[in-house]
Amino acid sequence: MRSIMLVLRLLALSIGLASMPAADAAERPPMDPAPAHPELRPVLDAFGGVPGLEALMDDFMAGLLADPRTRPFFENAEQDRVKRQLVEQFCVILGGDCVYSGRDMREAHAGHVITAAHFNALVEVLQVSMNRRGIPFRAQNRLLAKLAPMHRDVVNEPPRR
Amino acid sequence: MQQAVIRMKHERTSIGARGALALALALAIGPAIANDRTGGKLLLTAGVSQIEGAAGGGLTPWAVIGGYGTEGQFGGNVFHTRVATDDYRLGVTGLAVGISDRVELSYARQRFDTRDVGAALGLGRGFKLEQDVYGAKVRLAGDAVLDQDTWLPQIALGVQHKRHRQGDIVRAVGARSANGTDVYLSATKLFLDPGLLVNGTLRHTRANQVGILGFGGDRRGSASVEFEGSVALLLHRTLAVGAEYRTKPNNLGIAREDDWWDLFVAWAPTRNVSVTLAYADIGNVVIRDDQRGWYLSVQFGF
Repeated sequence: MRSIMLVLRLLALSIGLASMPAADAAERPPMDPAPAHPELRPVLDAFGGVPGLEALMDDFMAGLLADPRTRPFFENAEQDRVKRQLVEQFCVILGGDCVYSGRDMREAHAGHVITAAHFNALVEVLQVSMNRRGIPFRAQNRLLAKLAPMHRDVVNEPPRR
Repeated sequence: MQQAVIRMKHERTSIGARGALALALALAIGPAIANDRTGGKLLLTAGVSQIEGAAGGGLTPWAVIGGYGTEGQFGGNVFHTRVATDDYRLGVTGLAVGISDRVELSYARQRFDTRDVGAALGLGRGFKLEQDVYGAKVRLAGDAVLDQDTWLPQIALGVQHKRHRQGDIVRAVGARSANGTDVYLSATKLFLDPGLLVNGTLRHTRANQVGILGFGGDRRGSASVEFEGSVALLLHRTLAVGAEYRTKPNNLGIAREDDWWDLFVAWAPTRNVSVTLAYADIGNVVIRDDQRGWYLSVQFGF
């Protein structure tokens, strides 16, 4: 019985520690929205280069507008600009010869309340689009590995560290 | 003895009914509340149900929180697992609830069918050893899936409080106690490039055969720290294959205990269902060596 009490106390302590707010949440500068990874150039080829990314974004935006979880964030957006900047962003990350003309991820999403669930919903719509475009699973994941950390700037409810 | 048999039959019915009720609840409530309060995680990233009811692989808990709820959401699942080795059958039924991707609460009933060994031991053919496992887990740090730019894994601390239902029998084989509490620390990391999930768990336990043979023994009465590891390779958004290894204490003089391992494939076609098939080796169990066989687990949830 004493061991159960100890365990419960440990659990309570760890919940307390885990739910402490991040003191420096607002002070961390935003991440680079388009870090270049020249080593991922073969992944860009697997996506079909810039034309492949453009075709992917057409499908992706259609998917985002069709999905009730993501539609509210995109139905009133300048969709052509968003698609163009996504092509630029993915192209730069995958070592292509592009320039990203958009804002950083924190600023770009500041007008919306975005949870981890919203972020994952977008990832899922992207995965479905990449599958439809026949992009190999391994290449998809090499791109997603670079996009996933951006959750710290994109998700703002509750604020991330 | 006849009374015991009648009691067991009654209990089987009641857990069957409870399981069916939980399943009905999960299936009815899941989709009905499928809104922004549930279902925010990516497929398979909540693991499956391990044999003690926690979210993890098949044999070992992971640091992930069960159910598909993200921060501010909740999730839950019910599962049934069967393991059929050469001489034994293990059935596990349970459920887990995940709260805000932070806390997981779980329950599992394990039923270990001794079949012919039961007769050899004088318990009666097909005698079933049963225990209840009450689990709790807290995520302490990290995000196993999204934090792809750091080596820091997701870390969780968990407990599994186990209560054997046939204390007299497990004490008769040499166990010190019919109850025990395992405490474990898990670290889980998904490396999206190349799509490999790695988990390591340290467990402080004195459970004999996860508790099915009680807790502590004549060879060793106190707890030991055991290691449990899993690796899983993602083949598709909905499909993973992997291997697990779980070291075990060896507390009982009359029944040597071996480490367990398995090879598994897990498939989650939707957020509401997953199926895990494995080939498992649980080694020596009481008087039978080299126990190997198939493991099948089905989970429903949201």
